[in-house]
Amino acid sequence: MYKSLLCLRYLKTRYIALASIISMTLGVATMIVVNSVMDGFSTDMRDRLRGILADVIVESNSLDGVPNTQDLKESIQRAVGKDIEGMTATVEIYAMLSVQYGSQWQSKPVTLIGIDPATKATVGPLSKYLVNTKEGSVPDWELSPEAMAYRKEWTTRAQWMVDRWNHNPPPMEDHEQVSFEEPQSEEPLPKPDFESKATPENPFNSKPQVAVKTKDFANPFDDGLEGKSFDKEEKRDPGSPLKGRVYIGYGLVSFPYEDPDTGETKMFQIVKPGDDVKISTVTAGQPPEPTHFNATVVDLFKSEMSEHDSSLVFCNLEYLQEMRGMIDPESGEKSITSIQIKLKNPEDAAMVVSKLEEALPANLFRVRTWEDKQGPLLAAVEVESAILNVLLFLIIAVAGFGILAIFFMITLEKTRDIGILKALGASSNGIMSIFLSYGLALGLVGSGVGVIVGLLFVKYINQIEKFITFVTGRKVFDQRIYYFPEIATHVEPMMVFWVAVGAMVIAVLASILPARKAARFHPVESLRYE
Amino acid sequence: MTETISMPQPQLAAIAVEKAYRKDKHKVPVLRGIDVEVNKGEFLSIVGQSGSGKSTLMHLFGLLDTPDVGEIYLEGQQIDDLPEHARDQIRNRVFGFIFQFYHLLPELNLLENVLSPLMIRYSTWEYWKQRKKFKQDALEIIEKVGLSHRLKHRPSEMSGGEMQRAAIARALIAKPQILLADEPTGNLDSTTGKEIMDLLTNLNEQEQLTIIMVTHDNLIAAQAHRTVRLREGQIEVLGKSKSASVPA
Repeated sequence: MYKSLLCLRYLKTRYIALASIISMTLGVATMIVVNSVMDGFSTDMRDRLRGILADVIVESNSLDGVPNTQDLKESIQRAVGKDIEGMTATVEIYAMLSVQYGSQWQSKPVTLIGIDPATKATVGPLSKYLVNTKEGSVPDWELSPEAMAYRKEWTTRAQWMVDRWNHNPPPMEDHEQVSFEEPQSEEPLPKPDFESKATPENPFNSKPQVAVKTKDFANPFDDGLEGKSFDKEEKRDPGSPLKGRVYIGYGLVSFPYEDPDTGETKMFQIVKPGDDVKISTVTAGQPPEPTHFNATVVDLFKSEMSEHDSSLVFCNLEYLQEMRGMIDPESGEKSITSIQIKLKNPEDAAMVVSKLEEALPANLFRVRTWEDKQGPLLAAVEVESAILNVLLFLIIAVAGFGILAIFFMITLEKTRDIGILKALGASSNGIMSIFLSYGLALGLVGSGVGVIVGLLFVKYINQIEKFITFVTGRKVFDQRIYYFPEIATHVEPMMVFWVAVGAMVIAVLASILPARKAARFHPVESLRYE
Repeated sequence: MTETISMPQPQLAAIAVEKAYRKDKHKVPVLRGIDVEVNKGEFLSIVGQSGSGKSTLMHLFGLLDTPDVGEIYLEGQQIDDLPEHARDQIRNRVFGFIFQFYHLLPELNLLENVLSPLMIRYSTWEYWKQRKKFKQDALEIIEKVGLSHRLKHRPSEMSGGEMQRAAIARALIAKPQILLADEPTGNLDSTTGKEIMDLLTNLNEQEQLTIIMVTHDNLIAAQAHRTVRLREGQIEVLGKSKSASVPA
């Protein structure tokens, strides 16, 4: 009884000891904030990666892909059919995306993924990431009425511009001379000059030869598929979308800028659904040859992960297969490069991978989980988190040394009290437990306040970030640099529990030495202590 | 080692006790073979100059320290060689201490200070079960020492005399067999000192409480039944009663 009573009284009267636990409070709060932010970052990133990549991915070792898609799907079904919730075939290839803004063309390297939206939706929440598609609906390759109206409007204007240009070309310097094709009867617009053979075959060669450098004028109505029979056979409405349809990563076609009036970061978008873009890639087969095509943007893909938003372009699968020559002209069999699989239970991913590795020939396929595929990124986050935890725990350990020092001081100050207690019959263990429970109480208070401060900080972290940005005039969390638009947090209750327990254990450990010293005080010497 | 002592048996006895302290590298002898017996209900005073060893003798009696040579007997049973936890229990149950500088716990109020020996004796649960009885006992003792109006006051809010009376109340709460008082009036003015002595004398006379009092004041010592005078660690003069008999 006297132990808890004295411990409580020491806690209430020895403010210096409370000061010693401020560093512990700060350490605990910082650990909770850092872990919550890292965990929020990691969880959000994992959710998004999983949404984009599916649980398990079977990839062909060659960019040429593999034929017999049906056989492959059946093999997968046989091996792990009961674990599979959804499956979709894709073609994944590196490509160059060219978009026009004003008179300028901008080209960027991208990962081009041919998908079937209906089956893709069964392996991940694709519609969730499409800006103009309702979440939960099955996305398709049709333009929305707004995008269609926009397309009609700009194609009409562009048609007029092309007609006008072709009839009244503005005067140019020689080296800027631009060559155009005459509008043809079926395809009335100039073709883009992606193909190197365009210059020698230019029908305008009969005109005065001044073309030192040709400057392409975008033909928004051309698929860029001259020579491809399917495009020549039909006469299309110039306002109708092209055969190639794409969802473009938001980061590829929009740029952040700081509003000079408000100081807020806003996005400037150069491509909208209904616009056309050019895509250059390589064909399947040996050797790979360049190929290109124009495609209409159906929607923008925005996962809020800058890495994906600025690198992914989704295209209609069949069209991409056609463009890459992945369709056998005789059998009509289509090749694919990967199959994405969603599992009924994502925890089984490792087991499914091992089963698939047994079932599929290793020389043709590689089976990975989405985590394997994003291994370096996830590993980097985990390593960073571990190092930060070690460093922050050292802060709490430093706080422990603070408690140790102050406890030594307090035991000296309490020497006479210890003598009195011993004279009254208190045992050495009793004296020791006064100081141990005092250390525990300090740890409880320190970590308790730390937990409260940490959780409040996490809850209002974005407001705090804005406040610090306002005060310092320097952006703390720049969404142009990080993956997410705002600081993502996720509080793991067990993490909070272990941080609090860790802090309390350190406080108790730090009080052991002073407590032992106090317990060993000789009662007579203690009573005489001045 | 346990020995049985033949009758008549003193309540407390120090046999051939020697004690020396180490000061730096030097050994300073304080007690050089002391034999003292205290009978039940006796009021014994130990007098002597500063450094004569009177407080050391009292500490040895109260098991706050152990003799280098010799033994301490309680009711015929050697107690100085008992293990530490047993000595702690004897200190709590048998002895009541009163110190010159009161030695109250500054964090606790008067009532809590008085109750502290009981808090030490019992586990939290046991204490909690009997807390009302303990509090009643404490209130009675506090009333006896005349401090009922100071129940919630901390030592820093009391006068020297009040603190000493509080210390006496604390010593009495555990119903000790022997009261050990180390200069109980040494820090008080003469009037307050007389009050304290009256209190001790009454306790001795009315409740047959054995009291061993260390003092350097001969007038105060004269109020005891018997006086043991120490000089340089040895007994110089034995007072009113006969020489202390050494148990066989």
